[in-house]
Formats: sequence, structure tokens, C-alpha cells
Amino acid sequence: MKQYAYFPGCSASEGGAKAYGRSALAVSKVLDIELVEIEDWNCCGSTPYSSFEELASFCLSARNLALAEGMGLDIVTPCSSCYVILSRTNAYLKQYPHLKAQVAEALAAGGLEYHGTTKVRHLLDVFVNDIGYDAIGAAVKRSLEGLKVAPYYGCQLVRPRFGFDHPENPQSMDRLITSLGGEPVDFPMKARCCGGSLIISEEDLVLGLIGKILNSALDRGAECLITPCPLCQTNLDAYQNQANKKLHSSFDLPILFFTQLMGVAFGLSEEELGLRSCIVPAEKALAKYL
Amino acid sequence: MVSNLKTSSFVDEISAIPGGEGVRNCIQCGTCTASCPNADKMDHTPSELIAMARAGMKNEVLSSNAMWYCLSCYLCTVRCPRGIKQTDLMHALECLAVREGLSHGRTLTPAMYRSFNDFVYSLGSLPEMGFMTWFYMLTNPLRAIRMLPVAIRLFRHGRLNVKARRLTPQGTDQLRAILDKAESLGGVS
Ligand code: SF4
Ligand code: SF4
Repeated sequence: MKQYAYFPGCSASEGGAKAYGRSALAVSKVLDIELVEIEDWNCCGSTPYSSFEELASFCLSARNLALAEGMGLDIVTPCSSCYVILSRTNAYLKQYPHLKAQVAEALAAGGLEYHGTTKVRHLLDVFVNDIGYDAIGAAVKRSLEGLKVAPYYGCQLVRPRFGFDHPENPQSMDRLITSLGGEPVDFPMKARCCGGSLIISEEDLVLGLIGKILNSALDRGAECLITPCPLCQTNLDAYQNQANKKLHSSFDLPILFFTQLMGVAFGLSEEELGLRSCIVPAEKALAKYL
Repeated sequence: MVSNLKTSSFVDEISAIPGGEGVRNCIQCGTCTASCPNADKMDHTPSELIAMARAGMKNEVLSSNAMWYCLSCYLCTVRCPRGIKQTDLMHALECLAVREGLSHGRTLTPAMYRSFNDFVYSLGSLPEMGFMTWFYMLTNPLRAIRMLPVAIRLFRHGRLNVKARRLTPQGTDQLRAILDKAESLGGVS
């Protein structure tokens, strides 16, 4: 059994992406991975904090990194935004001694120390590289044969460079879909931006970006789309209806977390995977496999 | 005319922020701008912003709306032939603009970020519902009404949490002590 310090992030823990957290845990169990939740972890601060108070934003991440270091485990998170923020802090603490000293001083005020040994991983990276496509394929109970799936990577899983996949033409989820028996749909927008948190402040602009992604996936015949990020899932799913209104379109594409799709292939129940939390119903597209 | 003294001091200020040091290496090739999904919404494109910063146009740069339209998609960063971290530079400029109290074009993004941060500071985690309501009330309550259908759909699917996740009292105290210390140390530069 492999163990990791689990950092769910706000959305996947008790927020809007609860189903992501739940399905991540269920699928990990099948793959013999133990995700040990970091006790008392705090929000990573995401983009808003790093846009206002840089030092504080590095400290938010550093506290989590220090807590994981205390557990002697690498951090794994299912959220692309948490992933980029935690990774950036880790890299910057190594690169800028001046920053490291300031962060150390702030952490000390809370009785913490961070030595820089924690590695930050995305859950997808752990699945495909630590466990591997073959082991994932071996856990499949109901092959997704015939299902056309659009792997939507978005931005912060692959950019800036983390080394486990290509920053503009990533393949890891394509191969994952294949090992589940499904058919990955290659679409040009697979690593383009969904608009992220600006959906709240600049809705019209972001609805346009969402429309482009959905169009691109549907054009290539996708029957559903998978994502490794709570923010992408919310934008593409919960705002699909708003996009239809604004763009006079009739998108009807189920948006799943990649863990939910894995769970379906592993024969887990709808309940365990929280499929009902999808705003655009997924049952029809998945009927054959449930 | 922009004096040399002013020129060097603004570039120095930016270079001192982690991720900002690249401004000196830019060759103005425009790759970042051509890659940016939001360049057409910005009053100055990403590459223009660098040229202006190097010309010492501090006020113009910091009161631009450009960085507030940045989506943190990192396309510019992975494509820049000079290895400049344009995305981080955008964040650095946002932090400087906030520190200098400059206005941010007409976008609501700074207000949205601020509400987000207030919640993170006080709770250590982010209750999405409370955060969104708070933001809409601060900026434009009518938008809250327009967004009601989305909220209702999320609620029906069990995705709007009214109760926030809390850290333990010790965890909350520890986090605040760290953040307060960070604030007292000032910026990263
Ligand atoms: S891509 Fe890099 S070198 Fe080219 S203009 Fe942008 S920042 Fe400058
Ligand atoms: S990270 Fe920001 S500036 Fe760079 S391409 Fe994306 S939106 Fe534009």
C-alpha cells in the first residue's frame, strides 16, 4: 500500500466538488493507495491570495507543506489550483533565499519549521505514474468500450512545467481513458483555459471561453468530458446552462471528474462516486456502464 | 520625458519580487501577447506592460486593468523564449498595485479577490457560498439575483454548503499568528 499526505483543498473536501473528494478516495482504495488527510490543513489561497499579498500567500502554502513534512509523506492533491500554488511555493523557497528566510520567520511565529523536503503531486500524476496504466487497466470491471471521452486538462495541471506531462499537448488522461477501455477524443482546446475564478467577476467573458471548449469537444464527437480540477468542472458544468443562454447554443455535455469515470469502470456505485452532483446529468451517457 | 532614476527604480522594484526579475530579459517578441486568451480585454497587452515598466511608467502600469484580466493560464510562461515568468509577473504587479492603492480599471476582480482573502484569513478555508454572496453584496446585489439559477442548481445537487469547514482552535490560532507575522514583515521585496 502506498501512502500520501492528502490535501483535498476547499472545493473537494466539503465544497462544491465534494463528489471529487469522495470519488478520489473510493478509487484510491481500489488501487491500494492510502490518502491520509493532513490534519488541520488550511486553504492554499489560490490565485486571489497570490494577487494581493504574496508573502502571506507563500506562508499559506508553506504551513501545509510543513504539516506534510511532519508526517514524512509527499503531498497529493486532486485540485489543479492547489497543485500549482503549492508547487510554486516549493520551487520559490528553493530559488529565493530571501523569501525562504521571511517565510521561515512567519512560520516560526506559529511554532512551525519547513525544511523543503515535501514533494507536491497531483492525484492524476500519482495514479498514472506511481500506480501505472497497466495496474489501472487490471482493476477495470466494466470496460468503457465505445464511450467517447474528451480529456480536458485545462491549465494548471500541466503549466508551468511540472514534468509529468506536456504543457500544451498532454496525453496522460488520453492514455488513462484507453486503459479504462474507452475512446479518448482528441480536441484542440484540451489544454486551454476555462476562465477559472474570473467566472465570478467577469462572467460574460468566461462564458465565451467555456463555449469554445465545449464546442471543440462536441465537434470531435465527445459523449462526456473529464477534468482533473474542481474549478474547471464547476465552470463547464454549473455554467453550461448560462453559456447556452448567452451564446444561443444547446450544449448538453456531461462533465465528470476523472476519478468518477475511473470509478464507473471499476464498478463502483453511483452513490460512492457522487454522480448525482453533476448538474448536466451523466446517467444517460453512462447508462450502458452503470 | 522619463528620468533614468525613475526608470531604474520601478524596474528594480519589480525585479525584487520573486518572478519579477525577468523584465530585464524581455526581447519584446510578443509571443506572450499572441498566446494570451484575454489580451483583447486588456488596456495594455502583456508585452506592452513590460515595455512600459521598463520605460518607468509606474502609474500607468499599476493602474492598468491588464493583470486583473490575467487568468493564470500560464500559456505565456511556457512559451516565452526568454524564460520570463509572465504569469508571476502579473501577480507581482497586482500586489504592487494593491500596495500603492491604485485603481484597477473597471474590473470587479480585485473586489472578488479581496472577499476571498478575507474569508481565508478568518476561517483558514473557503466557504464558497458565503464568499460569493459577500462578493455580490459588496459589488452589485443585482448580479446576485441573476446568479440565483446557478446557485439553486448547485444547491439541488448538494453542492452548496452553508456550513464552513473550520480548523481546530489551535490550527486557527497558528495560522493567524503566521499570517499576522507575514503582514508585519511587509511584502516579499
Ligand atoms: S514572450 Fe517573453 S520575451 Fe517575448 S515579449 Fe513576452 S515576455 Fe518578452
Ligand atoms: S497567464 Fe495571464 S497573461 Fe499569461 S497568457 Fe494566461 S491570461 Fe494571459
